[in-house]
Amino acid sequence: MRDGIDWRMAKTGFLAILGPPLAWFLLFFVVPMAIVWAYSFGTNVGIADIQISGTFANYARVLQPLYLGIIAKSLALAALATLICLVVGFPVALAISFAQPRLKTALLLGVMLPFWTNLLIRTYALIALLRDEGLINQGLVRAFGWAGFEPLPMMNSNFAVLVGLVYVHLPFTVLPLYAALDRLDRSLLEASLDLGAGHLRTIWNIVLPLAAPGIASAVLLTFIPVLGSYLAPDLLGGPDSQMIANVIERQFKRANDWPFGAALAFMLMYLTFLGIALQSVLRRRVREE
Amino acid sequence: MAGFPGSSRHRFAPGRLSRRGLLAGLGTAAIGFSLSACGSRDNGAGADSKKLNFYTWDTYIGENTLADFADATGIRVQTSYFATNDEMFAKLKAGNPGYDVIVPSNEFVTRMRQANMLLQLDLAAIPNLKNIAPEFLGRDYDPAPKHSVPYIWLVQGIGYRKDRVNGVPDSWKWLFDSDLYKGRIALTSEAADLIRLGAKYMGQSLNGVDAATAKAVEEMLIRQKPNIKTFHEDNGQELLLAGDVDLVLETNGDIAQIAMEDPGIGFVVPREGSLLNADTLAIPKGAPRPEQAHKFINYLLDAKAGKHILETILYPTPNAAAKALMPESYSSNPIIFPTGPGMNASEWGKFEGAEQARAFEEAITRVRAA
Repeated sequence: MRDGIDWRMAKTGFLAILGPPLAWFLLFFVVPMAIVWAYSFGTNVGIADIQISGTFANYARVLQPLYLGIIAKSLALAALATLICLVVGFPVALAISFAQPRLKTALLLGVMLPFWTNLLIRTYALIALLRDEGLINQGLVRAFGWAGFEPLPMMNSNFAVLVGLVYVHLPFTVLPLYAALDRLDRSLLEASLDLGAGHLRTIWNIVLPLAAPGIASAVLLTFIPVLGSYLAPDLLGGPDSQMIANVIERQFKRANDWPFGAALAFMLMYLTFLGIALQSVLRRRVREE
Repeated sequence: MAGFPGSSRHRFAPGRLSRRGLLAGLGTAAIGFSLSACGSRDNGAGADSKKLNFYTWDTYIGENTLADFADATGIRVQTSYFATNDEMFAKLKAGNPGYDVIVPSNEFVTRMRQANMLLQLDLAAIPNLKNIAPEFLGRDYDPAPKHSVPYIWLVQGIGYRKDRVNGVPDSWKWLFDSDLYKGRIALTSEAADLIRLGAKYMGQSLNGVDAATAKAVEEMLIRQKPNIKTFHEDNGQELLLAGDVDLVLETNGDIAQIAMEDPGIGFVVPREGSLLNADTLAIPKGAPRPEQAHKFINYLLDAKAGKHILETILYPTPNAAAKALMPESYSSNPIIFPTGPGMNASEWGKFEGAEQARAFEEAITRVRAA
């Protein structure tokens, strides 16, 4: 009976391929998320227990000006970090996509190299650079000490947090940008140059519009993890550098208020979904035009 | 719950600064199991009956303590680590996964007793309890005592760089309520510690802080914020050692460690009084081998075993017998064992409920957002 390709067989094969990852996704992503989502409607009972009571009190607390303010500040900081990543990352991605094949491999490896080191260790390395008696200040004092140079206070400030966020997330910007730029049809660029447009004008009028989807995914891939960062503000920040992720972390740890922490976390998630939905609506509109 | 003072303290031997900091930060306290050197001795008896699971802080025991214990009793101790009390609590709250002995801080002893998570100790099986100095026993967190025995104690104070401050900064004022050291101050990020020590500065008790006092402390800290360099994540001693700040709110044990590397560093318990805490040994409910656990606790409280532990970790001990065996450089060290009006005015911290912990946490979130 088993001769030829039977659709039932194909279906089994399809299920066999899809099944394990789907089960994995459901079990280890959807289920835990659902549990945390349920917590966001819960109440603390005693010291160790949470009762899912269906209350909206946690969300009401999230909507206090205190937490909305922290969310707004985090959004602004994340947007700024993403913008800097984009401005710095675009030329890098462009250069890599035009490099010789062997150099290209080396450059791409260079972009990915930081991922081989733990994030925490890289953040500590930044501390060693930025602190008052750190490498940058030591170097500057050695160079300009004769002119009465005073060490720049860089550590423990919003500036240091921004440096840390950009440094850590730059690869998330460069890689999708590179993927988009590498696929560009080079003949379009040649045509533009042949027809008399300068390099900058070609980039502005040809490269940027063609790379727009890549830029959009680079923005998303950078913005979302930046918004969820808590290590950089914790370790590099000053007294007012807390971001929303720090507040969430404290709810799950020190404050032991999982329901409120879950509500804060899901508030961010709703906002992120909203952002992605907006983006796809915009993109569709652009395509229709 | 908010900021248990002991909840995420660093422990380390001198020279292991960064590794310890990394460990805590990584949240990978459970960095794995370190089998004791003599782990292979099994004496043919049922392997399981000669085993013990010890859940503790990193670098918080003598170098050879576990090997010596295995030699003396044939019991092989498997260690796993936590970086904060919260982490240990979260792991045990869903049910004991097999730990026999844990090291919770005193305010977590209260919490775990309230949540019925600790086994009552059989004190007859711990005769070495007599080595513990009486002032460390019978505190509010475990009045009998029947669920815990003290292992290490700590007091919060001001660590400072001697040549950058005027005299001895022996008041909380210099941290909380003055711009004299603008930009050179690091406070802890433990909300409960900040609010309670602020109350202490205002002449009140650490415990039973009411809403009005908490509000007053919050307002004081908001006023003070421009003068504060950072709220440190348990790495205050590193900031002080590296010269990033000149005054830091830290525990005596942590400052003692860096003072050994850098004699220019001092420590004082402010005259208004401060917060005392202890890390304790306890047996969680559901421990598979309570008998061995008692043996192990008794062994850790032994004078000679205790001396060996102190030689490695150099933290302040409540074990009078072990302290008596230690050299003068430890037992008379003014940072490890501070004295003076501040010590006399200090109090033990109490865990006063989840509601209060949340209120303190939110107050400090407001300070940091202000």
